[in-house]
Amino acid sequence: MGRYLIRRFLFAIITLLLASMIVFGLSRLAGDPLLIYAKPGGYGMSPQRVADLSKKLGLDKPLAVQYLMWLGRVLTGDLGKTIVSETPVSRLVGERIMPTLQLGLTSSVFAIALGLPLGVISAVKKGSVWDYVARIIALVGQAAPQFWIALMAILLFAVTLGWLPVGTSGPDDVSFFSWAKLRYLVMPTITLGWGPAAAILRLTRSSMLDVMDSEYVKLARAKGVSSNLVIWKHAFRNAVLQPLTVAALTLAGFVTGAVVIERIFAWPGIGQLTINAVWNNDFPTLTSTVLILTAVYVVLNFVADIGYMWLNPVIRYK
Amino acid sequence: MVDSAVELRRATVKRSAWWYFRRWPVIPLIILAILVFVGITAPWLAPNDPIKTRLPERSARPFYQDGSPYLLGGDHVGRDVTSRVIHGARISLTVMIVAMSAGMIIGTTLGLVAGYAGGLTDEIITRIVDIWLGFPFILLALVVAITIGASFTVVMGLMVLLAWSGFVRNVRADVLVIKENDYVAAAKVAGASNLRILVKHIFPGTIGTVTVIASLSVGGLILSEATLSFLGAGIPSPTPSWGNMIAEGRDYLQTAWWTSVFPGFALFLTVMSLNFFGDWLRDRLDPKLRQLD
Repeated sequence: MGRYLIRRFLFAIITLLLASMIVFGLSRLAGDPLLIYAKPGGYGMSPQRVADLSKKLGLDKPLAVQYLMWLGRVLTGDLGKTIVSETPVSRLVGERIMPTLQLGLTSSVFAIALGLPLGVISAVKKGSVWDYVARIIALVGQAAPQFWIALMAILLFAVTLGWLPVGTSGPDDVSFFSWAKLRYLVMPTITLGWGPAAAILRLTRSSMLDVMDSEYVKLARAKGVSSNLVIWKHAFRNAVLQPLTVAALTLAGFVTGAVVIERIFAWPGIGQLTINAVWNNDFPTLTSTVLILTAVYVVLNFVADIGYMWLNPVIRYK
Repeated sequence: MVDSAVELRRATVKRSAWWYFRRWPVIPLIILAILVFVGITAPWLAPNDPIKTRLPERSARPFYQDGSPYLLGGDHVGRDVTSRVIHGARISLTVMIVAMSAGMIIGTTLGLVAGYAGGLTDEIITRIVDIWLGFPFILLALVVAITIGASFTVVMGLMVLLAWSGFVRNVRADVLVIKENDYVAAAKVAGASNLRILVKHIFPGTIGTVTVIASLSVGGLILSEATLSFLGAGIPSPTPSWGNMIAEGRDYLQTAWWTSVFPGFALFLTVMSLNFFGDWLRDRLDPKLRQLD
């Protein structure tokens, strides 16, 4: 187990390093960084000035050295400055990390709270109305594009019915737990959590069906244990392991989902920062946010793997 | 006597129709057939030029209401949503066929080689796949599309990069089992080359797995393209793709809901059909993949 852990940890590190290389390489592929600061010929950049600036920014050194310098700066928390407003990127990220975490948390809770019980009900009452409702929820969640569900929700609940606000995270001067603030969370949470909820639901359903069919559940039934006790004590506790570990994996999917959902709902998080950077060609911001989101993704994957290993004796004792 | 026999026959016929309906993915197959047909015949089928803007018809209402010339309405610059949805099918179809096939070929080849060669080759390929699967792909695709510039070719290339990794592990696992078979050993004794053994004796055994993986993952691939296009890093406007149509309609939800609703619905139907078809194929061809979900 210790060896597996170390191996897995090393691969997480390699993945991160590789991601940083790709991000760095791509940002250089976009053109000479100097041109971002001054167009050639246009602003009276003398050759001397160009040389000075390259020296100051470290652009006269080999690419590998530049990469290491950049990595060193990133690791010490210096993410550079945005191109337009020259604000430090680390400050922007700091401001926007909370809304993203908040949305990620509510969506995870939503996904698990919807997926697990519905999966169990749909397996236990197979063929019932509940089963069909659950299967339709899973079907839509897996086939309909997230951004389209989000737009349809806006069309229905904001534009037509006027029940919920169209976007943003709401006013800052009201209590966090008041309806005035929470109503802004409803649509982003549901649209972001629906896909993962569908995955969890399907997995819970199939693993519940497997377990309900096993000998020990039949024995429990045969010896007269009440139906509720069989479902929740005997079957559920065994069936829940796999969906829960997969849940951790789908949480990693929130990273890309956040970019889409935050853009649609103008949610002031890291995802929106990323997509704005894309639209503004703001490379310092884009590389930083992509790197941060990749790190989150890799860490979540790592945690999911460890969780799976911990729950799965076959791997644990190897 | 005769009557009851006829009755019985009728009942059997009726049941078998229903039986086929439940057993075969009839509706998904019909939808997919329509998609393929529409995608191929788009230039002839589309009633209007999908790119031509006609300002008097901007936000024209759908279903020919109020003298609108368009079935599914006009978008914010007066382009025909019907024709754009029809032409958008070509993008999804290309992703489905070209990108998926290329990814399938690359992934399957790597899986075959990794499983058959074993040792260091196997280790390297498997590790590359592990690392690749650990990337948040859409984010990297965003960076690529912005730095190199979004175009049809770049998007398809990205889709291939996304598609290949899913095949390697499962094909490799298949090969590990197949290569222990006696007939592979017999081929080796008979003096067949490694290439011949791989292509003639091992590859056929993996076709089931490859087909199932392809049909299970193609829906997600189409959604990825749509997501990229929606974020402005995919198929560039004015070429219609369902993703960028939904994005363009986003700012006009209040006045012209149809610009976003119809392409999204087409996307939903397509992916749903592919998912259904994939599930069905998996249950048919490869029950051991059932837990893959």
